[in-house]
Amino acid sequence: MKDRFNLYRFASPATFYPLAGAMIPYFAAISVVFGLAGLYLGMLVAPTDFQQGEGYRIIFIHVPASWMSMFIYLVMAFWAAIGLAFNTRLSGMMAQALAPTGALMAFLSLWTGALWGKPMWGAWWVWDARLTSELILLFLYIGYMALTAAIDDARRADKAGGLLLLVGVVNIPIIYFSVKWWNTLHQGSSVNLTKSSMAETMLWGMLMMAMCFWMYSIAVAFMRVRTIMLERERNTDWVKALLAGDEK
Amino acid sequence: MIHWNSFSDFLAMGGYGFYVWGSFGVTVLIMTVEPIMVARNRKTTITRLKRQMRAETRAENRNTAE
Repeated sequence: MKDRFNLYRFASPATFYPLAGAMIPYFAAISVVFGLAGLYLGMLVAPTDFQQGEGYRIIFIHVPASWMSMFIYLVMAFWAAIGLAFNTRLSGMMAQALAPTGALMAFLSLWTGALWGKPMWGAWWVWDARLTSELILLFLYIGYMALTAAIDDARRADKAGGLLLLVGVVNIPIIYFSVKWWNTLHQGSSVNLTKSSMAETMLWGMLMMAMCFWMYSIAVAFMRVRTIMLERERNTDWVKALLAGDEK
Repeated sequence: MIHWNSFSDFLAMGGYGFYVWGSFGVTVLIMTVEPIMVARNRKTTITRLKRQMRAETRAENRNTAE
């Protein structure tokens, strides 16, 4: 019977803190390896696109950044749901740690999209369904961070922020399916499970860049969540013991 | 295997240099600065928490002495 509850141990900050700390170097290293491999394939080996010339190479960061901006939001919404349902301490800290990285990914998606749009469409920005819903995603991240920062009590901040995250989650399928539901200027997805419209080196380059962004996000979020844990749990014995010792 | 004929070819990106390097430059900048800021924030937080903890134990010791 005792074994059955072992999984829950990792939901406790005191257990998660050293675990996350031990895993950060691995995620960082994997991210760098995939990043270098992805850049090598995408920037040096992949052929020219027959329609977009060399300008298409922007998608090697545009697509991974866009994927991560949506995925991180889903993970945050998941933690918000867990937090609201079970009142766990860790969930709010996780959402808080992910938000800035998610916002940066949404920003990168819009930034690289603008730099792609100017030469390809002739405009930095259009009020297209895909672009507009991605901009709303950036505002959701910023709104979440502003809301949680404005409430002093951490647990109440988590609840209010969690509610915002859960309401905003409807935006994710809107972003994803916008190119199908509306007649948008933004092109459809380039990667498809059954058939892909891309050359093999392009596809592999992009998947490796996606892995790089994924591992990067985990590493940075873990770094951030450890600081949040120390701050929020400063009155507990485990943090006091940690701070009293030499452990950084 | 390498797609480019020369380094200047690579930099020019077939005329899209500004847009391609503008995208990659900002991405690299963000992915370098973000971890540095997180690490710095961690250091200042630990220093502050340690100082607070020392101040609290001092105050406690004073109270028990009285």
